[in-house]
Amino acid sequence: MTAISEPARPLRLLWLQSGGCGGCTLSLLGAEKPDLLTALAAANVELLWHPSLSEATGGEARAILEAVAAGDQPVDILCLEGSVINGPGGTGRFHLMAGTGKPMRDWVAAIARRAGYVVAVGSCAAFGGITAAGGNEVEACGLAYDGTRAGGLLGAGFRSAKGLPVINIAGCPIHPGWFTDTLLQIGAGTLTGADLDEWERPLAYTAHLVHHGCARNEFYEFKASAEQPGDLGCMMENLGCKGTQARADCNIRPWNGGGSCLDGNYACINCTAPGFEEPGHAFAVTPKVAGIPIGLPTDMPKAWFVALASLSKAATPKRLRDNAARPAPVLLPHDKRKDSA
Amino acid sequence: MSRLIVGPFNRVEGDLEVRLDISAGMVADARVVSPLYRGFEAMLVGKPALDALVYAPRICGICSVSQSVAAARALAATGSGPLPANGGLAMNLIHAVENVADHLTHFYLFFMPDFARAVYAGEPWHADTAARFTAVKGGAAQEFLPARAELMNLLGILAGKWPHTLAVQPGGSTRAVSRAELARLGALLAAFRRFLERTLFADALEAVAALSTRDALLAWAEAKADRGDFARFVAVSQAVGLNRLGRTDLRHMSFGAYPSSDGPLFPRGLFRRGVGGVLPVDRITEDVSHAWYQAAPDGAPRSPRDPGLPPDATRDDAYSWCKAPRLDGEVAEVGALSRQLVAGHPLPRDLVARDGATVEARVVARLLEVALVTMAMERWLRAIDPAAPFIDHTPLPAAGEGAGLTEAARGSLGHWVTLEGGRIANYQIIAPTTWNFSPRDAAGTPGPLEQALRGAPVREGEAEPVAVQHIVRSFDPCMVCTVH
Repeated sequence: MTAISEPARPLRLLWLQSGGCGGCTLSLLGAEKPDLLTALAAANVELLWHPSLSEATGGEARAILEAVAAGDQPVDILCLEGSVINGPGGTGRFHLMAGTGKPMRDWVAAIARRAGYVVAVGSCAAFGGITAAGGNEVEACGLAYDGTRAGGLLGAGFRSAKGLPVINIAGCPIHPGWFTDTLLQIGAGTLTGADLDEWERPLAYTAHLVHHGCARNEFYEFKASAEQPGDLGCMMENLGCKGTQARADCNIRPWNGGGSCLDGNYACINCTAPGFEEPGHAFAVTPKVAGIPIGLPTDMPKAWFVALASLSKAATPKRLRDNAARPAPVLLPHDKRKDSA
Repeated sequence: MSRLIVGPFNRVEGDLEVRLDISAGMVADARVVSPLYRGFEAMLVGKPALDALVYAPRICGICSVSQSVAAARALAATGSGPLPANGGLAMNLIHAVENVADHLTHFYLFFMPDFARAVYAGEPWHADTAARFTAVKGGAAQEFLPARAELMNLLGILAGKWPHTLAVQPGGSTRAVSRAELARLGALLAAFRRFLERTLFADALEAVAALSTRDALLAWAEAKADRGDFARFVAVSQAVGLNRLGRTDLRHMSFGAYPSSDGPLFPRGLFRRGVGGVLPVDRITEDVSHAWYQAAPDGAPRSPRDPGLPPDATRDDAYSWCKAPRLDGEVAEVGALSRQLVAGHPLPRDLVARDGATVEARVVARLLEVALVTMAMERWLRAIDPAAPFIDHTPLPAAGEGAGLTEAARGSLGHWVTLEGGRIANYQIIAPTTWNFSPRDAAGTPGPLEQALRGAPVREGEAEPVAVQHIVRSFDPCMVCTVH
């Protein structure tokens, strides 16, 4: 007879927010198949506290955070949403956590040392993100990175109690599935360093390029380009699209039931990458040198790309050429057997 | 006199602290602290004009589309081409999905869980309310989240994704929709109507929209007995006396929402004590007398068309990163209630005529608006002509000034932009909660929430007075927008 195993103790998750917009939480509320609460239950995760969802407020919430920081209340998973705020002048006063008069940065650092897993939710918490754009007046950085530089709040060598670096679920915002997949793996005890990429992002979504599954792939193959926002053609040549370099499964795992940036007819801005917030050019315009886009696929010899591009341009089917610079197709695929029948 | 500091004040969007002076069992005075500064206005200076469409929505993850709409309109107002009818309809639909979702997120996830609190355990209505609305574990959240996610599927089609879409542009929407997609959108909207009519209202949207007085509302809710979450709220509101809580007597303001060739669905204007008025937009200023910014050289309040003032965390006379916007030097309240008062809907007008602007009136106006806007979405969807353009490609001028005014779920949102040489020379934002949660101004006049909190009852031994929680959350604050 098989012994009935004890149900595992639920993993306790604490969620904090600092220099961000809250959009990763709001995106997460849109989780589907299953919904967020079902996914939490499936991962055997219990919320110790979440700023948008929990009943506890004020002193009730402070008591939880103080107990966690002191090590009296175990925390299995710490999630930070939003950048770490260090300004002005390194004081952290641009975000003193309400009710405590203490920089949120210090709370996060204290609690991270107690947590089994530390998860940066969104590009702000991972790398600094949008909050670090412009002159980075607020001295924003990520948990383990400041842009592309290792370090951040916790330092490059940081390892959580479970021996993992900060798990960077980068994206602006995150796709709900990127978070729930990660959480389900943590819950199952199967998440290891081998599941993370070179920026410690879960390979569950960064093993792909945004280009994979893009509905415009045929336009890309024949270099039939969109000219204006809303056109059907490939947006790489003119409209700033970075889908061939960006790491995410946005065109394989649909957003909000069936969309993606590219399906919305606007460019991928590579929001899962450190430093995406300062591309060095207008987001929706492709920078070019001598008429050739500078942001070509990274692992393809440039000369080959140019040679293939000119070949494929010469071979572009009329259907693609005519449709590329239009918001709706004027020529559709057509079965010729029907004409001769 | 004793002092209470409530923070982190959660189930609002972003971080919030409320400082209370308590005397004789009630709040004598309140100060509202917005504790986070991110510096978006400074970040935008020097960026290419259209990059505002990338940065602005990321001010806020809950009113992301509202920020996009305000940015797109501000840029368009510098001098772009005519907005195609489809572009306007698509923008209204995208914006309406967000606003309706926000109203319901507020109701189900942020506001109602407070009635499940142990402080109400002795009340006859508590057990049922707790089963339905307890945070995370209540039955309502389990039903609401899938319905919300399905509503957001409209944006998968219309906007690529939510939040932070780039579909909303000065010339319209990048995302043309086909006849087949219109049919699919119609089905998604029908599914949403079904959720509202079964779960929230237990009645037709048209019946909710036709409620015209508080008496009619109470009778309607009573007839529902234990069916429908709106009726459950009305019953609890009566039992707790939410029509006596959080009262203000301020000017209500709306920038107007959902424009069309026939005029906006909800008009621009003012309303106070039964009288409407024209909104003098150019008389909006921001005061930093109690906010952590350097004072203007002349000490006077600033127009949002002027460059912003740099932050100054060292000021001892300040207590918030939120500036104090004023209209003609006066405090104004914004939100769904203000919008419906200006629009002249009889139900909120009757509620406010009887009791003033209260917790109850703010929540009722929000749910009423869910019905009104959902019906409008059905009309906009039918009005789209898939053969006609969705976007105009006239380039923006290299230089110019523009204001983009709109209504987020939680109230009036304005962006003011100046372009020079194709780049942003100045960008100023005044968000809804900046109005509602403003600190005192130079005259010492408290902001709307600070006024609404005065007189709130505090029970013996309460550290987070439950009445204060109802009042604060009745404004559906968005703190990340407030300071940006």
